[in-house]
Amino acid sequence: MLIQDIAGKPAPEDDQESLFESGLLDSFALPDLVSAIEKEFATKVPDSDLNPRKFDSIERMDAYLAEHVGG
Amino acid sequence: MSSYLHAFGAHLPERVVTNAELAERVGRTGDWIESVSGIRERRWAAPETTVADMGVAAAETCLRKAGISTNELGMLMVASGSGARGFPGPAAEVADRLCLSSVPAVDLPIASAGSLFGLALAMRLTEAYGDVLVVAAEKMSDVVETDPNTAILFGDGAGAALVSVRPGPWRMLDAVLHTDGQYRGDLACDQTGVLRMNGLAVILQAARKIPSSIEEVLRRQNISAKQVAVFLLHQANLNLLTRVAKALGVGPEKVFANVQRYGNTSSASMLIAAAEWSETNSERGPIVFSAFGAGFHWGALVADSAA
Repeated sequence: MLIQDIAGKPAPEDDQESLFESGLLDSFALPDLVSAIEKEFATKVPDSDLNPRKFDSIERMDAYLAEHVGG
Repeated sequence: MSSYLHAFGAHLPERVVTNAELAERVGRTGDWIESVSGIRERRWAAPETTVADMGVAAAETCLRKAGISTNELGMLMVASGSGARGFPGPAAEVADRLCLSSVPAVDLPIASAGSLFGLALAMRLTEAYGDVLVVAAEKMSDVVETDPNTAILFGDGAGAALVSVRPGPWRMLDAVLHTDGQYRGDLACDQTGVLRMNGLAVILQAARKIPSSIEEVLRRQNISAKQVAVFLLHQANLNLLTRVAKALGVGPEKVFANVQRYGNTSSASMLIAAAEWSETNSERGPIVFSAFGAGFHWGALVADSAA
Protein backbone atom coordinates (compact mmCIF):
# COMPACT_ATOMS: atom_id res chain seq x y z
CA MET A 1 0.00 0.00 0.00
CA LEU A 2 2.87 2.35 0.80
CA ILE A 3 4.47 1.65 -2.55
CA GLN A 4 1.21 2.15 -4.39
CA ASP A 5 0.63 5.48 -2.65
CA ILE A 6 4.06 6.79 -3.64
CA ALA A 7 4.24 5.32 -7.13
CA GLY A 8 0.63 6.02 -8.01
CA LYS A 9 0.56 2.54 -9.55
CA PRO A 10 -0.03 -0.97 -8.17
CA ALA A 11 2.92 -2.62 -6.44
CA PRO A 12 4.52 -5.50 -8.38
CA GLU A 13 3.19 -9.01 -7.78
CA ASP A 14 6.74 -10.37 -7.66
CA ASP A 15 8.18 -9.48 -4.25
CA GLN A 16 11.71 -9.78 -5.61
CA GLU A 17 11.24 -7.36 -8.50
CA SER A 18 13.34 -4.20 -8.27
CA LEU A 19 11.08 -1.21 -7.71
CA PHE A 20 13.63 1.07 -9.35
CA GLU A 21 14.95 -0.98 -12.24
CA SER A 22 11.35 -1.73 -13.20
CA GLY A 23 10.72 2.02 -13.40
CA LEU A 24 7.95 1.91 -10.79
CA LEU A 25 9.82 4.34 -8.54
CA ASP A 26 12.41 6.97 -9.44
CA SER A 27 15.31 8.20 -7.32
CA PHE A 28 13.28 11.00 -5.76
CA ALA A 29 10.58 8.54 -4.67
CA LEU A 30 13.10 6.66 -2.54
CA PRO A 31 13.37 9.33 0.21
CA ASP A 32 9.56 9.49 0.22
CA LEU A 33 9.36 5.72 0.57
CA VAL A 34 11.75 5.71 3.52
CA SER A 35 9.82 8.55 5.19
CA ALA A 36 6.56 6.67 4.65
CA ILE A 37 8.06 3.52 6.20
CA GLU A 38 9.22 5.52 9.22
CA LYS A 39 5.77 7.01 9.69
CA GLU A 40 3.84 3.80 9.08
CA PHE A 41 5.98 1.69 11.42
CA ALA A 42 6.76 4.42 13.95
CA THR A 43 10.46 3.83 13.52
CA LYS A 44 13.51 5.83 12.52
CA VAL A 45 15.70 4.50 9.73
CA PRO A 46 19.20 5.62 10.76
CA ASP A 47 21.45 7.28 8.18
CA SER A 48 23.69 4.21 8.29
CA ASP A 49 20.79 2.15 6.90
CA LEU A 50 20.03 4.56 4.05
CA ASN A 51 21.22 2.13 1.44
CA PRO A 52 19.02 1.81 -1.67
CA ARG A 53 19.58 -1.95 -1.73
CA LYS A 54 17.69 -2.32 1.54
CA PHE A 55 14.55 -0.84 -0.06
CA ASP A 56 14.92 -2.09 -3.61
CA SER A 57 12.11 -4.67 -3.51
CA ILE A 58 9.18 -5.68 -1.36
CA GLU A 59 11.14 -8.73 -0.17
CA ARG A 60 14.10 -6.60 0.93
CA MET A 61 11.86 -4.09 2.69
CA ASP A 62 10.12 -6.93 4.50
CA ALA A 63 13.49 -8.29 5.59
CA TYR A 64 14.63 -4.90 6.83
CA LEU A 65 11.44 -4.32 8.78
CA ALA A 66 11.50 -7.83 10.24
CA GLU A 67 15.00 -7.21 11.52
CA HIS A 68 14.48 -3.69 12.79
CA VAL A 69 10.86 -3.40 13.85
CA GLY A 70 9.97 -7.00 14.49
CA GLY A 71 8.12 -7.57 11.24
CA MET B 1 37.62 37.02 16.41
CA SER B 2 34.83 37.15 13.82
CA SER B 3 35.20 36.42 10.13
CA TYR B 4 33.22 38.12 7.38
CA LEU B 5 32.09 37.39 3.86
CA HIS B 6 32.89 40.43 1.73
CA ALA B 7 31.90 39.62 -1.84
CA PHE B 8 31.15 36.89 -4.34
CA GLY B 9 32.03 36.46 -7.98
CA ALA B 10 30.95 34.14 -10.77
CA HIS B 11 31.90 33.18 -14.28
CA LEU B 12 29.74 31.22 -16.71
CA PRO B 13 30.87 30.17 -20.18
CA GLU B 14 28.93 31.76 -23.03
CA ARG B 15 27.79 28.60 -24.75
CA VAL B 16 24.26 27.60 -23.73
CA VAL B 17 23.38 23.92 -24.14
CA THR B 18 19.63 23.42 -24.13
CA ASN B 19 17.80 20.24 -23.26
CA ALA B 20 16.78 20.00 -26.91
CA GLU B 21 20.44 19.89 -27.95
CA LEU B 22 21.30 17.34 -25.29
CA ALA B 23 18.25 15.14 -25.81
CA GLU B 24 19.50 13.33 -28.89
CA ARG B 25 22.95 12.81 -27.40
CA VAL B 26 21.55 10.99 -24.35
CA GLY B 27 18.55 9.31 -25.99
CA ARG B 28 15.91 11.13 -23.96
CA THR B 29 13.48 13.98 -24.61
CA GLY B 30 13.98 17.54 -23.43
CA ASP B 31 10.78 17.29 -21.39
CA TRP B 32 12.08 14.19 -19.61
CA ILE B 33 15.32 15.97 -18.74
CA GLU B 34 13.44 18.91 -17.24
CA SER B 35 10.98 16.68 -15.37
CA VAL B 36 13.68 14.67 -13.58
CA SER B 37 16.05 17.57 -12.87
CA GLY B 38 14.31 20.92 -13.29
CA ILE B 39 17.20 21.84 -15.59
CA ARG B 40 16.33 23.64 -18.86
CA GLU B 41 19.83 24.52 -20.00
CA ARG B 42 23.45 24.54 -18.85
CA ARG B 43 26.70 26.20 -19.95
CA TRP B 44 29.62 24.38 -21.53
CA ALA B 45 33.07 25.84 -21.76
CA ALA B 46 34.95 25.88 -25.07
CA PRO B 47 37.31 22.92 -25.58
CA GLU B 48 40.39 25.08 -24.96
CA THR B 49 38.98 26.65 -21.76
CA THR B 50 40.37 25.21 -18.54
CA VAL B 51 39.18 24.99 -14.95
CA ALA B 52 41.87 27.55 -14.08
CA ASP B 53 40.64 29.94 -16.81
CA MET B 54 37.17 29.98 -15.28
CA GLY B 55 38.50 30.15 -11.73
CA VAL B 56 40.64 33.18 -12.51
CA ALA B 57 37.68 34.95 -14.13
CA ALA B 58 35.45 34.38 -11.08
CA ALA B 59 38.29 35.36 -8.73
CA GLU B 60 38.90 38.65 -10.53
CA THR B 61 35.19 39.51 -10.42
CA CYS B 62 35.05 38.74 -6.70
CA LEU B 63 38.14 40.81 -5.91
CA ARG B 64 36.79 43.74 -7.94
CA LYS B 65 33.51 43.62 -6.00
CA ALA B 66 35.39 43.39 -2.71
CA GLY B 67 37.54 46.35 -3.73
CA ILE B 68 40.86 44.71 -2.91
CA SER B 69 43.86 43.76 -4.99
CA THR B 70 45.48 40.35 -5.15
CA ASN B 71 48.52 41.49 -3.17
CA GLU B 72 46.26 41.87 -0.12
CA LEU B 73 45.39 38.15 -0.11
CA GLY B 74 46.87 35.88 2.53
CA MET B 75 45.61 32.56 1.19
CA LEU B 76 43.92 31.04 -1.86
CA MET B 77 41.74 27.94 -1.90
CA VAL B 78 40.56 26.37 -5.15
CA ALA B 79 37.84 23.73 -5.06
CA SER B 80 37.52 21.54 -8.13
CA GLY B 81 36.79 17.93 -8.93
CA SER B 82 37.34 18.29 -12.67
CA GLY B 83 40.83 19.70 -12.98
CA ALA B 84 42.95 18.36 -15.82
CA ARG B 85 45.79 16.96 -13.67
CA GLY B 86 46.09 14.73 -10.64
CA PHE B 87 48.67 17.15 -9.25
CA PRO B 88 49.37 19.95 -8.95
CA GLY B 89 45.73 20.93 -8.90
CA PRO B 90 44.42 24.19 -10.35
CA ALA B 91 45.22 26.22 -7.21
CA ALA B 92 48.86 26.66 -8.31
CA GLU B 93 47.89 27.97 -11.74
CA VAL B 94 45.12 30.22 -10.41
CA ALA B 95 47.58 31.65 -7.86
CA ASP B 96 50.20 32.26 -10.54
CA ARG B 97 47.73 34.00 -12.83
CA LEU B 98 46.57 36.20 -9.94
CA CYS B 99 50.25 37.13 -9.44
CA LEU B 100 50.39 35.37 -6.05
CA SER B 101 53.88 33.97 -5.76
CA SER B 102 54.26 33.19 -2.07
CA VAL B 103 50.92 32.87 -0.29
CA PRO B 104 49.66 29.32 0.26
CA ALA B 105 47.34 28.09 -2.49
CA VAL B 106 45.40 25.01 -1.47
CA ASP B 107 43.40 22.60 -3.63
CA LEU B 108 40.14 21.12 -2.38
CA PRO B 109 39.53 18.25 -4.82
CA ILE B 110 36.29 17.06 -3.23
CA ALA B 111 33.79 18.10 -5.91
CA SER B 112 30.36 19.38 -4.93
CA ALA B 113 30.96 20.19 -1.25
CA GLY B 114 34.36 21.78 -2.00
CA SER B 115 33.31 25.42 -1.85
CA LEU B 116 31.38 24.86 1.39
CA PHE B 117 34.42 23.20 2.97
CA GLY B 118 36.52 26.09 1.63
CA LEU B 119 34.28 28.73 3.22
CA ALA B 120 34.19 26.88 6.54
CA LEU B 121 37.98 26.47 6.62
CA ALA B 122 38.53 30.08 5.53
CA MET B 123 36.30 31.24 8.38
CA ARG B 124 38.80 29.68 10.80
CA LEU B 125 42.03 30.39 8.88
CA THR B 126 41.60 34.06 8.00
CA GLU B 127 42.67 35.12 11.48
CA ALA B 128 46.03 33.41 10.93
CA TYR B 129 46.61 34.05 7.23
CA GLY B 130 44.76 37.25 6.39
CA ASP B 131 42.20 37.57 3.61
CA VAL B 132 41.29 34.21 2.06
CA LEU B 133 39.94 33.94 -1.48
CA VAL B 134 37.85 30.80 -1.97
CA VAL B 135 37.43 29.82 -5.63
CA ALA B 136 35.46 26.90 -7.05
CA ALA B 137 35.71 26.03 -10.74
CA GLU B 138 34.45 23.04 -12.68
CA LYS B 139 34.52 21.85 -16.26
CA MET B 140 32.03 19.05 -15.78
CA SER B 141 31.47 18.71 -19.54
CA ASP B 142 34.88 17.02 -19.61
CA VAL B 143 33.89 14.27 -17.16
CA VAL B 144 30.45 13.22 -18.39
CA GLU B 145 29.73 11.11 -21.45
CA THR B 146 26.32 10.06 -22.74
CA ASP B 147 24.88 8.33 -19.67
CA PRO B 148 21.53 10.13 -19.32
CA ASN B 149 21.71 9.86 -15.53
CA THR B 150 24.72 12.19 -15.42
CA ALA B 151 25.07 13.91 -18.80
CA ILE B 152 21.83 15.86 -18.35
CA LEU B 153 22.77 17.26 -14.96
CA PHE B 154 26.12 18.91 -15.20
CA GLY B 155 27.40 22.22 -16.48
CA ASP B 156 30.57 24.31 -16.37
CA GLY B 157 31.28 27.46 -14.38
CA ALA B 158 33.13 29.06 -11.50
CA GLY B 159 32.41 31.03 -8.36
CA ALA B 160 34.45 32.84 -5.74
CA ALA B 161 34.09 34.39 -2.29
CA LEU B 162 36.32 36.61 -0.19
CA VAL B 163 36.63 35.90 3.55
CA SER B 164 38.32 38.35 5.92
CA VAL B 165 38.54 39.35 9.56
CA ARG B 166 37.88 42.92 8.42
CA PRO B 167 34.18 43.72 8.94
CA GLY B 168 32.13 43.10 5.79
CA PRO B 169 28.50 42.62 4.74
CA TRP B 170 27.99 39.20 6.36
CA ARG B 171 29.43 37.96 9.65
CA MET B 172 30.14 34.23 9.55
CA LEU B 173 28.60 32.62 12.62
CA ASP B 174 29.17 28.88 12.51
CA ALA B 175 29.69 25.86 10.28
CA VAL B 176 29.32 22.10 10.48
CA LEU B 177 31.21 19.73 8.18
CA HIS B 178 30.83 15.96 7.85
CA THR B 179 32.29 13.10 5.83
CA ASP B 180 31.17 9.48 5.55
CA GLY B 181 33.65 7.66 3.36
CA GLN B 182 31.70 4.41 3.09
CA TYR B 183 29.89 5.98 0.12
CA ARG B 184 33.04 7.12 -1.72
CA GLY B 185 32.30 4.78 -4.61
CA ASP B 186 28.75 6.03 -5.18
CA LEU B 187 29.84 9.31 -6.76
CA ALA B 188 33.33 9.40 -8.16
CA CYS B 189 35.54 10.39 -11.06
CA ASP B 190 38.40 7.91 -11.15
CA GLN B 191 41.43 7.72 -13.42
CA THR B 192 39.22 6.95 -16.41
CA GLY B 193 38.20 10.58 -16.19
CA VAL B 194 34.50 9.72 -16.37
CA LEU B 195 32.07 10.57 -13.59
CA ARG B 196 30.11 7.60 -12.17
CA MET B 197 27.10 8.12 -9.96
CA ASN B 198 24.73 5.86 -8.05
CA GLY B 199 21.85 8.30 -8.23
CA LEU B 200 19.65 6.35 -5.78
CA ALA B 201 22.29 6.45 -3.05
CA VAL B 202 23.16 10.09 -3.68
CA ILE B 203 19.57 11.34 -3.59
CA LEU B 204 18.63 9.19 -0.60
CA GLN B 205 21.54 10.48 1.46
CA ALA B 206 21.43 14.08 0.24
CA ALA B 207 17.69 14.43 0.87
CA ARG B 208 18.31 13.72 4.52
CA LYS B 209 21.82 15.04 5.20
CA ILE B 210 21.40 18.52 3.70
CA PRO B 211 18.38 19.39 5.91
CA SER B 212 19.92 17.72 8.95
CA SER B 213 23.20 19.65 8.67
CA ILE B 214 21.28 22.92 8.20
CA GLU B 215 19.17 22.16 11.26
CA GLU B 216 22.34 21.27 13.19
CA VAL B 217 24.08 24.57 12.50
CA LEU B 218 20.92 26.66 13.00
CA ARG B 219 20.17 24.91 16.30
CA ARG B 220 23.69 25.71 17.55
CA GLN B 221 23.07 29.38 16.76
CA ASN B 222 19.49 29.41 18.09
CA ILE B 223 18.13 30.47 14.70
CA SER B 224 14.96 28.98 13.21
CA ALA B 225 14.70 28.05 9.55
CA LYS B 226 11.87 30.55 9.18
CA GLN B 227 14.20 33.38 10.29
CA VAL B 228 16.62 32.68 7.47
CA ALA B 229 16.59 35.22 4.63
CA VAL B 230 17.83 32.78 2.02
CA PHE B 231 19.26 29.30 1.66
CA LEU B 232 22.15 29.25 -0.82
CA LEU B 233 22.63 25.57 -1.58
CA HIS B 234 24.66 23.45 -3.94
CA GLN B 235 22.54 23.44 -7.08
CA ALA B 236 22.34 19.70 -7.64
CA ASN B 237 18.81 19.26 -8.94
CA LEU B 238 15.68 21.42 -8.64
CA ASN B 239 13.69 18.49 -7.26
CA LEU B 240 16.22 18.12 -4.44
CA LEU B 241 16.13 21.86 -3.63
CA THR B 242 12.34 21.71 -3.40
CA ARG B 243 12.57 18.68 -1.16
CA VAL B 244 15.05 20.42 1.15
CA ALA B 245 12.73 23.43 1.50
CA LYS B 246 9.88 21.11 2.43
CA ALA B 247 12.01 19.25 4.99
CA LEU B 248 13.01 22.57 6.59
CA GLY B 249 9.41 23.79 6.69
CA VAL B 250 10.08 26.85 4.53
CA GLY B 251 8.62 27.91 1.21
CA PRO B 252 10.53 27.01 -1.95
CA GLU B 253 11.11 30.73 -2.60
CA LYS B 254 13.50 30.77 0.39
CA VAL B 255 15.83 28.38 -1.42
CA PHE B 256 17.63 30.26 -4.18
CA ALA B 257 17.65 28.27 -7.42
CA ASN B 258 19.47 28.85 -10.68
CA VAL B 259 20.03 25.18 -11.52
CA GLN B 260 17.36 25.61 -14.20
CA ARG B 261 19.78 27.82 -16.19
CA TYR B 262 23.21 26.48 -15.30
CA GLY B 263 22.69 22.83 -14.37
CA ASN B 264 24.80 21.29 -11.63
CA THR B 265 28.22 22.97 -11.68
CA SER B 266 29.42 20.86 -8.73
CA SER B 267 31.57 22.84 -6.29
CA ALA B 268 31.06 26.09 -8.22
CA SER B 269 27.29 26.06 -7.97
CA MET B 270 26.92 27.31 -4.40
CA LEU B 271 29.15 30.33 -5.00
CA ILE B 272 27.55 31.10 -8.37
CA ALA B 273 24.20 31.05 -6.56
CA ALA B 274 25.59 33.37 -3.86
CA ALA B 275 26.96 35.76 -6.48
CA GLU B 276 23.63 35.96 -8.32
CA TRP B 277 21.60 36.27 -5.14
CA SER B 278 23.78 39.02 -3.70
CA GLU B 279 23.61 41.03 -6.93
CA THR B 280 19.84 41.20 -6.92
CA ASN B 281 18.94 41.08 -3.22
CA SER B 282 19.67 43.33 -0.27
CA GLU B 283 17.51 41.43 2.21
CA ARG B 284 19.03 41.39 5.67
CA GLY B 285 19.01 38.42 8.02
CA PRO B 286 20.74 35.08 8.31
CA ILE B 287 21.93 33.34 5.14
CA VAL B 288 22.63 29.63 5.07
CA PHE B 289 25.01 27.77 2.79
CA SER B 290 24.85 24.01 2.41
CA ALA B 291 26.27 21.38 0.08
CA PHE B 292 26.47 17.64 -0.33
CA GLY B 293 28.65 15.67 -2.68
CA ALA B 294 31.14 12.97 -3.48
CA GLY B 295 32.77 11.30 -0.53
CA PHE B 296 30.16 11.77 0.82
CA HIS B 297 31.10 15.20 2.17
CA TRP B 298 28.40 17.57 3.39
CA GLY B 299 27.65 20.35 5.81
CA ALA B 300 26.21 23.81 6.34
CA LEU B 301 27.38 27.30 7.25
CA VAL B 302 25.38 30.22 8.61
CA ALA B 303 26.22 33.90 8.33
CA ASP B 304 24.25 37.00 9.29
CA SER B 305 24.02 40.54 8.06
CA ALA B 306 26.70 42.56 9.81
CA ALA B 307 25.49 45.37 12.06
